[in-house]
Amino acid sequence: MNTLTLWFHQFGSPPIFHRVTARLSPWLYASATLIGFIGLYGGLVLAPADYQQSDAYRIIFVHVPCAWMSLFAYFFMAINAFIALVWRIKISEILAMASAPIGAVFTAITLATGSIWGKPMWGTWWTWDARLTSELVLLFLYVGVIGLYNAIEDRRQAARAAAFLALVGIVNVPIVHFSVTWWNTLHQGSTVRLLGPSRIDSSMLWPLLLLALATHVWFFASVFARARVSLLELESGKDWARSAVLGPGAAHD
Amino acid sequence: MRYGTTASACAALIRRDLVLTWRRRGDALNPAMFAMIVVVMFPLALGPEPNQLARIAAGILLVAILLAGMLALDNLFRSDHEDGTLEQLVLSPHPLSLLLASRIIVHWLTTALPLIVVAPLLAEMLHLPRSVLPVLLVALALATPLLSLLGAVCVALTVGMRRSGMLLALLVLPLYVPVLIFAAGACNAAQAGLPFLAPLLWLGAALALALVLAPMACAAALRISIT
Amino acid sequence: MTDFLAMGGYGAYVWSSYAIFVVALLIDFLAPRLRRQRVITDLGGRLKRQRKRQEKSA
Repeated sequence: MNTLTLWFHQFGSPPIFHRVTARLSPWLYASATLIGFIGLYGGLVLAPADYQQSDAYRIIFVHVPCAWMSLFAYFFMAINAFIALVWRIKISEILAMASAPIGAVFTAITLATGSIWGKPMWGTWWTWDARLTSELVLLFLYVGVIGLYNAIEDRRQAARAAAFLALVGIVNVPIVHFSVTWWNTLHQGSTVRLLGPSRIDSSMLWPLLLLALATHVWFFASVFARARVSLLELESGKDWARSAVLGPGAAHD
Repeated sequence: MRYGTTASACAALIRRDLVLTWRRRGDALNPAMFAMIVVVMFPLALGPEPNQLARIAAGILLVAILLAGMLALDNLFRSDHEDGTLEQLVLSPHPLSLLLASRIIVHWLTTALPLIVVAPLLAEMLHLPRSVLPVLLVALALATPLLSLLGAVCVALTVGMRRSGMLLALLVLPLYVPVLIFAAGACNAAQAGLPFLAPLLWLGAALALALVLAPMACAAALRISIT
Repeated sequence: MTDFLAMGGYGAYVWSSYAIFVVALLIDFLAPRLRRQRVITDLGGRLKRQRKRQEKSA
């Protein structure tokens, strides 16, 4: 077995996952916060005001990274759901289910900041713009996955059912986007580009990319934190979970 | 031990489901009644002005029929699950997806077909222009089997639950969004005098795809929820 | 500084967006921590009861 598959197998073992992520998690949170603050400083202070949108465009620095994350979290969830259903790896089930609420949070931020941005730019809080509408459907998909996961008593069966729904959803996401775009052109709705400047200046680009990086790192920190709790709950009967809760030595009495 | 052919198993299942529906034929009309009542609510809420109603008639009809179909989904597997028939189907030597496909077909015949039959009546009540009616019926003929197939996958995931109504709506409606958009889009385009063939063709393509894939997905989902 | 807070007249929009972002991530940070606390209390209590029962039967 080469080192990569070995590492993969070890990472997939609940006690090792629990231990490794415990060591990793604070670093991930810290670096996400640090990168995020640098990005925010660049975006709020250093970047010049846009000639068309003045300072309102600065919402882009939270809106766009969150929009990217809402899709990234769904892909991450779907990949883990696929692994969970095909190879029945417990860690993948838990990772898939842990990423659903985070993705939902990022989707909700995207919608909220999008509509706040829309108010000064379009003069209305909500417009049936293709991207906003598909983002809304994405939120419904997330809520469906979370709802199904919470509705089934048996945790592993719940994870598998919700993972299956996530896979159905990933097929649906591009179809929804395509149909909503088609619908939008049919109705001649407002087709204002959300990204105002078509060619973004580098002084605006680097804070954007830094914040995107920060949200990605944050996502992994949060996924690991959530997965650790679920793992502890799921494996509460096992020795390693007891010793993780009560300290070593408590497992063998 | 020898089993019958898969075709005979599917035929037996279809015959059984049709007989069961016939014995409770009063229930089969419920979705159509529901759609009719929903449609009646709209003029009461919006006012009886014919031009205004005509403009949104197609949309109201499609949403009403979609909701009626969604409510009917709940009993797709319910009684079969309660009396253990569903487990027998899962354990049978025949491909589960084909058995489920025949189950879905019967469900479509007994719930969606009555809805399509009453659609012209409802369209008349909402003053839908006559020229749009054929497009609406074609759109319904393509969209309702699609809704049944997609819905069946979600029902299979919630089959073990006692109260699944609201959750089912939450799972199903995001999947219905594209179907609704294309079906309503075709009607609206026809009403505006624009070419309406493209959305109908998209619906047809989606139906062909779903006819093959949805029963398999439904079978996989059922195996997850019946352990 | 006032200029910075005013954001060219769009201050309310910009700062509320950033506030939503920060608050949402803060909740996202706290949620697993609180749940972990609850799980550990549950599990600790369950183990303690278990041990007491074992001692009684021994």
